Amino acid sequence: MQAALLLFPGINRERDMIQAVRQSFGRAPAIVWHKETELPAGTDLVILPGGFSFGDYLRCGAMAAHSPVMRAVREHAGRGGYVLGVCNGFQILTEAGLLPGALLRNAGLRFLSMETRLSVERADTVFTRNWAPGAVFRAPMAHGDGNYTARTETLDRLEGEGLVAFRYADENRNGSARRIAGVFSPNLRVLGLMPHPEDLVDPLLGGTDGKPLFDSLAAA
Amino acid sequence: MSEVSETLARSFGLDAEEWGKVLEIMGRAPSLTELGIFSVMWSEHCSYKSSRVWLRELPTEAPWVIHGPGENAGVIDIGGGLAAVFKMESHNHPSFIEPYQGAATGVGGILRDVFTMGARPIANLNALRFGDPALPVTRRVVDGVVRGIGGYGNCVGVPTVGGEVNFHPAFNGNPLVNAMTVGVARADRIFLSAAAGVGNPVVYVGSKTGRDGIHGATMASAEFGAASEEKRPTVQVGDPFTEKLLIEACLELMETDAIVAIQDMGAAGLTSSSVEMAGKGGVGIELDLDAVPQRETGMSAYEMMLSESQERMLMVLKPERAEMARAIIEKWELDYAVIGRITDTGRIVVRHRGEVEADIPLSPLADQAPLYRRPAALPPKPARLAPLERHAPLDRALLTLIGCPDLCSRRWIFDQYDATVGGQTVKRPAEADAAIIRLEGGRRALAMTVDCTPRYCAADPEEGGRQAVAEAWRNLTATGARPLAVTDNMNFGNPEKPEIMGQFAAAIRGMASACAALEFPVVSGNVSLYNETEGRPILPTPAIGAVGVLEDAAQAVGYAARPGLALVVIGATRGELGCSLFLREIYGREEGAPPPVDLAAERRNGDFVRARILAGGVAACHDVSDGGLLVAVAEMALAGDCGVTLEGAGTAEYWFGEDQARYVLAVAEPAALLAAAVAAGVPAQHIGRAVAAKELTLPDGLAISLPQLREAHEGFFPRWFA
Repeated sequence: MQAALLLFPGINRERDMIQAVRQSFGRAPAIVWHKETELPAGTDLVILPGGFSFGDYLRCGAMAAHSPVMRAVREHAGRGGYVLGVCNGFQILTEAGLLPGALLRNAGLRFLSMETRLSVERADTVFTRNWAPGAVFRAPMAHGDGNYTARTETLDRLEGEGLVAFRYADENRNGSARRIAGVFSPNLRVLGLMPHPEDLVDPLLGGTDGKPLFDSLAAA
Repeated sequence: MSEVSETLARSFGLDAEEWGKVLEIMGRAPSLTELGIFSVMWSEHCSYKSSRVWLRELPTEAPWVIHGPGENAGVIDIGGGLAAVFKMESHNHPSFIEPYQGAATGVGGILRDVFTMGARPIANLNALRFGDPALPVTRRVVDGVVRGIGGYGNCVGVPTVGGEVNFHPAFNGNPLVNAMTVGVARADRIFLSAAAGVGNPVVYVGSKTGRDGIHGATMASAEFGAASEEKRPTVQVGDPFTEKLLIEACLELMETDAIVAIQDMGAAGLTSSSVEMAGKGGVGIELDLDAVPQRETGMSAYEMMLSESQERMLMVLKPERAEMARAIIEKWELDYAVIGRITDTGRIVVRHRGEVEADIPLSPLADQAPLYRRPAALPPKPARLAPLERHAPLDRALLTLIGCPDLCSRRWIFDQYDATVGGQTVKRPAEADAAIIRLEGGRRALAMTVDCTPRYCAADPEEGGRQAVAEAWRNLTATGARPLAVTDNMNFGNPEKPEIMGQFAAAIRGMASACAALEFPVVSGNVSLYNETEGRPILPTPAIGAVGVLEDAAQAVGYAARPGLALVVIGATRGELGCSLFLREIYGREEGAPPPVDLAAERRNGDFVRARILAGGVAACHDVSDGGLLVAVAEMALAGDCGVTLEGAGTAEYWFGEDQARYVLAVAEPAALLAAAVAAGVPAQHIGRAVAAKELTLPDGLAISLPQLREAHEGFFPRWFA
């Protein structure tokens, strides 16, 4: 699996993501500046890490969704390539129309930084197959805008087609519709989620609960 | 343009004698811009004119100190070819006027002090003091400050991993917001601010200059009156997104050999950065203000020189590398402008629209800066507290204490701060006595903490200053880290009052004694005076930020107890209730002498505890501080989600006394620990054990369920902000 990590101005969790990818993949991802118009040849997986792209001064992810590199990401996804967006990366993917729904301000209108628990809704995808079906794992979250929302029909479709990737398994602190923490594209090749599995891949830093995501991808 | 006169100089904060010096140095009446430059450079905030004579008493050297006070931040060798770069700075005055932006720009400013030196910031901490929680204004200030710290730190992507919060009515009109940043650099690639190389370009990088924050440094050097809200326009506005770009752009540029000197534009903006860079380098500097990137039209030279617009840096570059530097800066979509050059005149010359707006000789501006040894009235030593006559039951007292604003859980606060960004956070808040951050690519880790007990300092500033340093050292030690050095943030009232200057001098003396005894030098710091509103001063608060090192992050211990472990207290307990939280919260009395700090015992006990932790026999360790032994044990139970059964004397003095130099250790083999303590001459006492049953059984036979304890501990902030 060849990974490329997109760097938009204001992204700040790229070091965490590079560390997690390097550990599972055996090598760091290629770094792609947002003004590039092409992905490195042979890219299998595009990663959009967390942060505050363009300061989130407009809607979160709205500016980045229009960066030059996103055209190449759309083409990559259109060809059935893998895309992973975490936190701000998830917001960018929804703004770019690569995933349904939107992320609103947290229900309590405060930034939330704590450990949460996620349930794995399906363990038969290239992103999740190293988890047991129904597994619950810990993941740090850190966001001000993680309140997942979509039209009722969209939510029903996501549930009906098995496109909900993760749900909050303890408190639904940010108020997400149907406790949704992450969703897949219809072909199960684009994944977006709010919490940060990349920050929990080392026993020394609190555990390896997030590692199955990267191990799953590494084996693809 | 207003006419420059002594009256105007007074309104800029210069007194008659200082105005006389300005005339003498200039040999003529200064222009408005020149007066502005003198007034900010000679403000308390920039010149340290009241505090410098005392600060000299602090120990600043150790074999591991690379750069002590005088640079943008302190630099220490942490092994492995790496250096820790850190400093703490106050943003007290702006944070009362405009809490969100005041706190946010405080974080931004201290981050710049650290990455200016070539270090990637790896952690932020903060020390906050607020007024009476019963006042609505306190709630508003707390909310704004917490949002501001989070808003800036979260966006810029530096984890906020530690801090402390106190409440006291003495902070009603003057909250304290002290922000600390710790960064890491290669020890052989530290960037300094002394300009050099006649003809070298002076380059401006970052945000555009606007009219915000003009005269912020002067505002920070005066007391507040009732109309302080009118000073809102002097507060700067932060842009953490631009700061993030500035960090990445500067660190990328620092990988090259383009930079001769660099300094951030902090207080007094372009004035202090250009004057200090040229002054330190013993050169002159010419600035062409027409080249300064401007956010607003029609700005005067005076406004540009005094603007405190945020997220700006000033650099002296090698001329042949200037274009490469421009390409890097512009890649990050930041402004880059050559705004001047280095000269050999020893003067700062400022031109704007074809006119010379300022022409000042630099060395008298620095050398003849006012320096005062103000009268200092030493505070009387408080009488020791007389024994208490009757006692509240331990269980009720514990529940009250663990839920009071000064001791309750800070979860509501730190849950708003991103503590894990960067992917190196080993211990986040409420897990250990110090935050632990691993250094990328290795096993080494830094431990960091901030500490001060203002109520001790108010009663006895010397003992309080000593205690603040000792507690910081103890908090690092309790994780297993080797304490290395401190940064201080001296928050006091009006230094023109002898009793305030006396507090300052005494606190310095206490700090100096502890720094010397613990080999814990001061490498950077900041002084904030005039923290008074309508004549009422704050509690003296010499906040101490401290950094230590662990060779292997895996050796760090937290304070969560585990069922089955024995609890052993290290250090002597005499039952010091003077100035204790027990006395204040249960009896409503703020009296007596603070617990004395025995530096020899502090050193002996701490070195013993650290050695035991590094030897691997300690599962958890917690220092004993506010609230005493019972509060420390309760916090260990809460963190470990288990119960404890305690034995021994049932007196309040024993369980709530705040005697110093103590730690509670959770160990599997207490006999071995007790024997080692005897051999080392360290007092040690078995006080109980952690149990699986979720209940605290107290020595007087009373019991508290863990859920009841947790509810008391966690309740205050969520209720306050419900």
